[in-house]
Amino acid sequence: MKRLLPPDAASGARRPSRHFEDTGETMRRKAGSRIIPGFGVSLGITMTFISMIVLIPMSFLALQTSSLGWSGFWSAALDPRVLAGYEVSFLCSLTAALINCLFGVILAWVLTRYKFPGRRIMDGLIELPFALPTAVAGIALTAICSDKGWIGGALAPLDIKLAYTRAGIVIALTFITLPFTVRTIQPVLERLDRVYEEAGLMLGASRERVFRKIIFPEITPAILTGFGLAFARGLGEYGSVVFIAGNMPFKTEIAPLLIMSKLEQFNYGEATAVALVMLLVSSVVMFFINCVQSRASSFIKE
Amino acid sequence: MSLKGNIWIPRLLTGTSVIFVLLTLVLPLAVVMAEALGSGLDLYMRAVTDTYTAKALHLTLAATAAAVVLNTFFGLAAAWVVTRFSFRGKGVLSTVVDVPFAVSPVIAGLVFILTFGRLSPLHPFLEACGIKIVFAWPGIILATVFVTFPFVARELIPVLEARGTDEEQAAALMGAGFFTIFRRVTFPHIRWALLYSVILCAARAMGEFGAVSVVSGHLRGKTNTLPLHVEILYNEYRFADAFAVASILAVAAIVILAARNVVEYAAHKEEETNVR
Repeated sequence: MKRLLPPDAASGARRPSRHFEDTGETMRRKAGSRIIPGFGVSLGITMTFISMIVLIPMSFLALQTSSLGWSGFWSAALDPRVLAGYEVSFLCSLTAALINCLFGVILAWVLTRYKFPGRRIMDGLIELPFALPTAVAGIALTAICSDKGWIGGALAPLDIKLAYTRAGIVIALTFITLPFTVRTIQPVLERLDRVYEEAGLMLGASRERVFRKIIFPEITPAILTGFGLAFARGLGEYGSVVFIAGNMPFKTEIAPLLIMSKLEQFNYGEATAVALVMLLVSSVVMFFINCVQSRASSFIKE
Repeated sequence: MSLKGNIWIPRLLTGTSVIFVLLTLVLPLAVVMAEALGSGLDLYMRAVTDTYTAKALHLTLAATAAAVVLNTFFGLAAAWVVTRFSFRGKGVLSTVVDVPFAVSPVIAGLVFILTFGRLSPLHPFLEACGIKIVFAWPGIILATVFVTFPFVARELIPVLEARGTDEEQAAALMGAGFFTIFRRVTFPHIRWALLYSVILCAARAMGEFGAVSVVSGHLRGKTNTLPLHVEILYNEYRFADAFAVASILAVAAIVILAARNVVEYAAHKEEETNVR
């Protein structure tokens, strides 16, 4: 069954660069003329769009940075309040991604292995966070978690606060990034051949041991990919978090919000410096995902 | 020791999953509806039919339509060129297509401010022509297109990749032109993928908040999309109104989700009959 992953979760396994190995065909193609029509036009359209929407705007980011200078860049990027912002973003995204790894495995397992009433509806609901606008998710989660909310109200007598704390940020990010882990693990579990599990059980291994030794190694690359995607998305997430975070400097102020408030003060240089640091971190995460993917696929080829 | 194992484990896991989904996914939806209708139907109708809401809805629809049309057009061209031809720099090209996914929405907005805003070298030129992009509707449309840029291409590339080029080559050798090949050979294979990539693109475009928020400048009635309107109402402590407007978006999200499931089901069914 073809699952609809969001294109961003559709990650490396389908990356076209890996399909380059058909060198024989490439050589032949280069020698002769191209058989299929439409090369010039489609390349032209693609390049025009990419230049106008991605390349030219991104180059202005580089331009702005170069006008900032080294000392200006460092003092903006390493300001204590900004460092606290990175810390909040980093820790909360990490926690949310870890929570989603755990529940991602459980949900993917339940959805692929068990039959129960409402399974299809549950399966369809998993992608709700992709479809629901983040601002709507943000105000809804804030309403639930605030002192007067359905959950926040129940926890208030116990002196547990969710809204306007880091716990609230984690809740929002968990909601937003849930589909990433479930939808990367689920297809792997669906394709998994049950023969090996059955053999393990027949040979007397316990269920727990079969999971640990046979199933878990198979889904590890998918878990890592889902983790990376969820983490990267969490770092950049803005819409759902601003409502629930309370946005206290040094405590619950996330890095994207810092960019936003610097922009509101027309402080474009400092905003660019913070943005570059975040871009660097998310590129590292994306690189990590690519490494996991290419290792996993080379493993399969062997 | 039976192959079935302990019967409590499936029950425990299923129960955990159901509770988790109810708490994290269903509860927020329920809260939006409850808060929206909580202050009575009159207030709800007034908030939903407010002039500013109507204008925000208008802009959201325009931005969504622009993102869907432009990105579908681009996605088809990009998928065609990346999967049907080999050329130098193909790897770089398909990496660049993905860039908007690696970029936080807020940074996407920042990029457009730097490109077209006051500090940009382009600014004097735009000023002279009387074109306003940042803090005006063209900026909102650009930001929305940027954020949803890779959706269609990313969905189509693996499908076309998996099919190979044999059929198109055969058709071309028999003398078919580009449009005939596309319409008769390629399109029937990609229509489901195209349809649900369009659905996803529309969902994301409709709900985009961070990027649009940066470039909008929050001019009510002019550069407000529905999600931004929700934020403004919420920050003015008009919670019932905010949730009423949010409920429009929530209903749209549910419709999109249902459409996506229908498309997936139809595609799956067609695949099965083809195999048979």
